[in-house]
Amino acid sequence: MSKLLEVSNVKVQFGGVIAVNDVSFSLNEGELLGFIGPNGAGKTTMMRAITGVVTPASGSIVLGGKELIGLPIHSRVRMGLGFSQQLVKPFRNMTVLENVALTVGSHHTGSPLSALFKVGREDENKRARELLALVGVSDAADADPSNLPLGYLKRLEVARALALDPTLLLLDEPLAGLNHAEAHKLADMIVDLNAAGRSIILIEHNLGEVMRICSRLVVQDNGNKIADGDPDSVMNTPAVRAAYLGENTDHAAA
Amino acid sequence: MFGLSGYEISLITSMGIAVIFALSLNLITGFCGQISLGHAAFYGIGAYSSAMLTKAGMPLGVGILGAVIFAGLVGLAVGFTSLRVRHDFLAITTMGVGFLFIGIMRQWDFVGGEMGVSGIPGSGLGKPGFMFLVLGFGVLTVLFSLHLKRSWMGYAFDAIADDEDTARVVGLDVSRYKLAAFAMGTALAGLAGALYAHNVRFIDPESFGFVESITVLAMVVIGGIGSVFGIIFAAALLSVLPLWIQFIDEYKLLLYGGLLFAMMRFSPGGLAGLVKQILPKKSSPKASGGQKT
Repeated sequence: MSKLLEVSNVKVQFGGVIAVNDVSFSLNEGELLGFIGPNGAGKTTMMRAITGVVTPASGSIVLGGKELIGLPIHSRVRMGLGFSQQLVKPFRNMTVLENVALTVGSHHTGSPLSALFKVGREDENKRARELLALVGVSDAADADPSNLPLGYLKRLEVARALALDPTLLLLDEPLAGLNHAEAHKLADMIVDLNAAGRSIILIEHNLGEVMRICSRLVVQDNGNKIADGDPDSVMNTPAVRAAYLGENTDHAAA
Repeated sequence: MFGLSGYEISLITSMGIAVIFALSLNLITGFCGQISLGHAAFYGIGAYSSAMLTKAGMPLGVGILGAVIFAGLVGLAVGFTSLRVRHDFLAITTMGVGFLFIGIMRQWDFVGGEMGVSGIPGSGLGKPGFMFLVLGFGVLTVLFSLHLKRSWMGYAFDAIADDEDTARVVGLDVSRYKLAAFAMGTALAGLAGALYAHNVRFIDPESFGFVESITVLAMVVIGGIGSVFGIIFAAALLSVLPLWIQFIDEYKLLLYGGLLFAMMRFSPGGLAGLVKQILPKKSSPKASGGQKT
């Protein structure tokens, strides 16, 4: 299997705080990787280093053979990186459908000049409807996102990330804030996406769902990577159990 | 001509210029969401450029083209500051640009300093001819605005106006779009300025001061930020009222200020928003953005 994403020795520092300390991991093509860790472990910071919101002090992040560090966010997105953020941020001056259709048509918006000469959104709207149906929110297509519950907005984020047809899909806590049934449904959808060949990194707190759907886990704690491997053996690692349950605990984790 | 008196022709000409000027600010503030409190500077750059070029013997076309290019280039430079600062900081920065322009023009003897530029050549088309020229440019500006709104550029502007950070996440090169908005909006302001110069044939720095910047912003806000037809109506009305009724001219600032305040308080969507509230809803359930024109 070839490596799609290769993160090597990434270190992110905020003043005196080291949020991510010399972390390396990789993602194979077609893999569904769970990236987990307790609160404050630096998971989202790691994700932001990949997406370009924060710049690592050192290390390298290579996607499909190309170095990402130094590129602006929009360039990384156009190289095939799609991501849904932990905090949902729909465009509130657009309907749900328009939110997704804009991203479906990202090939029109690469340069302002070509965007100026391109009119018509029928194909994009059609594809956007398919994506909304895929994540199960097609009933809200024409709604104003400001009025929608979190469960809908989380799925809108996923649909918008998918609209880019990304080679790598980064999902930052897509299940957070959803009830059990909703989380289960969205997790199933993530499995379906992966089965259809999409490479996915899932950052998640919901360990039950992560254990259920991910084929491999990377665990980070206090900015350090403490485990990497198949879910069962990872969860039996003493360091992981200590991180989740505190030191010297005999009970089984999660 | 068409039964219009000379006075009515000059009113329509002023209205046409105001519509172009207001729509030029709408490209930046309405479509792309970047506030500008110094837009009159670009109106002034256009006016001075065309005045100086035509006084040097260039034909009107060259004067107007020069105005568009000069204003657009300076606008592009100011656009670069919009990449660094946002929201209220951008408002202050653009206000500074407006004052800087006035300061330079007052001191620069080449453009007449405090005395301004007089004896600017007319269009050579006669008053009715010039009115049609202005209306022609006005129609083109309106058509361009409507097209832009429907295009994917307008779609991207909607996204950037709402949330720049998220716009980046969906792959938009926010910087280039903002620069494009500034370049287009200021170039159009330059066009309006050139037409103004050849209409009144005398300009001085005070014609392009802070009050002008606020006046044009008032037209955009009162018409409805981002709404083309609302702004056409507001610009036409607000430009012509002070000319029409002398009484209003004396209270111009009071009237604009009051309207600006009333709109922000009671109908942030401007006149366009008000019309939308009153008219029965059509198919679209949302209140703003997207396809509205």
